Amino acid sequence: MAKPMEEYKWQELKVGCVIEEVGSSREYKTGGWRSLKPVWDESKCIKCGLCWLYCPDAAIYQKEDGYFTANLDFCKGCGICAHECWPMAIKMVEDEK
Amino acid sequence: MRKGIEVSIAASEAAKLARVEAIAAYPITPQTHIVEHLSDIVANGELDAVYVTVESEHSALSACIGTSAAGARTFTSTSAQGLELMHEILFIASGLRLPIVMAVANRALSSPLSIWNDHSDIMAARDTGWIQLFCENGQEVVDTIILAFKIAEDHRVLLPVMVNLDGFQLSHVVEPIEFPSQEEVDAFLPDYKPLYSLHPDRPLTMGAYATPELYTEAKYAQEQAIINSLPVIKEVLSDYSKRFGRKYHILETYNAEKSDTVFLAMGSINENIMTAIDKMKRQKKSCGLVKMRLFRPFPHSELAELLKKKKNIIVVDRAMPGGGMNGPVFNEISALCNKYDIKANLFNYVVGLGGRDVLPEDFISIFDEVKTRKRVNAPKGRKEVITHNYKVIGVRE
Repeated sequence: MAKPMEEYKWQELKVGCVIEEVGSSREYKTGGWRSLKPVWDESKCIKCGLCWLYCPDAAIYQKEDGYFTANLDFCKGCGICAHECWPMAIKMVEDEK
Repeated sequence: MRKGIEVSIAASEAAKLARVEAIAAYPITPQTHIVEHLSDIVANGELDAVYVTVESEHSALSACIGTSAAGARTFTSTSAQGLELMHEILFIASGLRLPIVMAVANRALSSPLSIWNDHSDIMAARDTGWIQLFCENGQEVVDTIILAFKIAEDHRVLLPVMVNLDGFQLSHVVEPIEFPSQEEVDAFLPDYKPLYSLHPDRPLTMGAYATPELYTEAKYAQEQAIINSLPVIKEVLSDYSKRFGRKYHILETYNAEKSDTVFLAMGSINENIMTAIDKMKRQKKSCGLVKMRLFRPFPHSELAELLKKKKNIIVVDRAMPGGGMNGPVFNEISALCNKYDIKANLFNYVVGLGGRDVLPEDFISIFDEVKTRKRVNAPKGRKEVITHNYKVIGVRE
């Protein structure tokens, strides 16, 4: 996306709203819907990666030290990671932005 | 080459002459012979096309969207319940600006079940963003299918087109039809060059979603496209007329210049109205006809030009208003008369539902009735103008 959606005039849209630039959905940040965010307790985390596997939005990534965290630009706070985490290392907390 | 042929078979032969590359269709009466014959000629190797057999019309049009998005010249055909099963996909084809051509053998909608002809199916699909052309006879069906591709694929247009032919009244009759040669059609209709197409080497996104910040602009752009297709449609019809010697216009008239009372209708019923007009001529009654070949985009200024001096305009609808004030075609004409300040008496007759025959005598009776119908509901300040609610012809009571 070359500019924010609300700045496009109708004449600037491609025929059929085709998007020629691939992977541009990354630029559209959807994390703003969130009310809760996941927080990892690394003392309990065993780096199994189930949170990463179950995240429906592919918003969880592995840090260099092997522990996991969420990309808050895309995490919607659904809590599936916390629900699936069997060592109970993830807690959903109020996201105060 | 002129030959006697069933119109459905001729429609498939027209698709073959247009060298369609992909077809996905599901058989439904009265369109069945069109897809059966296409399936035959593809299987026999006479037409080099992909024929996708599907389990429903919803899938048929979905598959057509895929083949068209991949850059193939795509054809399909349906009727009645099939068209309504396609309904949500109709908007996707036009929104994605894919130049699919679809022949619709117009038929009544259930319930009660009827396989016979009227325009309930197409009127329920009239605002789907497709260009809509109506045919009066088999020759028009063949010519219109060929030229529909030229309109649809023009880069100034890039919209799907429906070619309407009345079920049974046209689809199942044998008519003498003049076929253009393959060379002539090839010269008129070169290979389809898509503006965008899906290909692994050139990735792009089709069918992304639009947030509230963008949806209005997207739909506005699409609406401008169908409005701006009108000059291209005229250009293509005129080019076709020049090359093939059969004259086509978005609107056609019969004895309309000389009469202050005109019928306005679409499809094969126009031939009966013309017969009625000839009979009335012998009875010294002057009546004309305005035939709408193009319904979407609605050619309002051109139509206003033809209707501006008329005293009585009789709009023939072939579908029930479904609780509306009048039939769907009448509502357009009524809005047009208001916009262009045409002070004609407007009458709306709903005729020929579910295959009920409408004879030339019926139109003569309508004409006689219009001449004597009581003036009511005249809007303030326009005393001479009347607009009745619709009347259904031939109901036993």
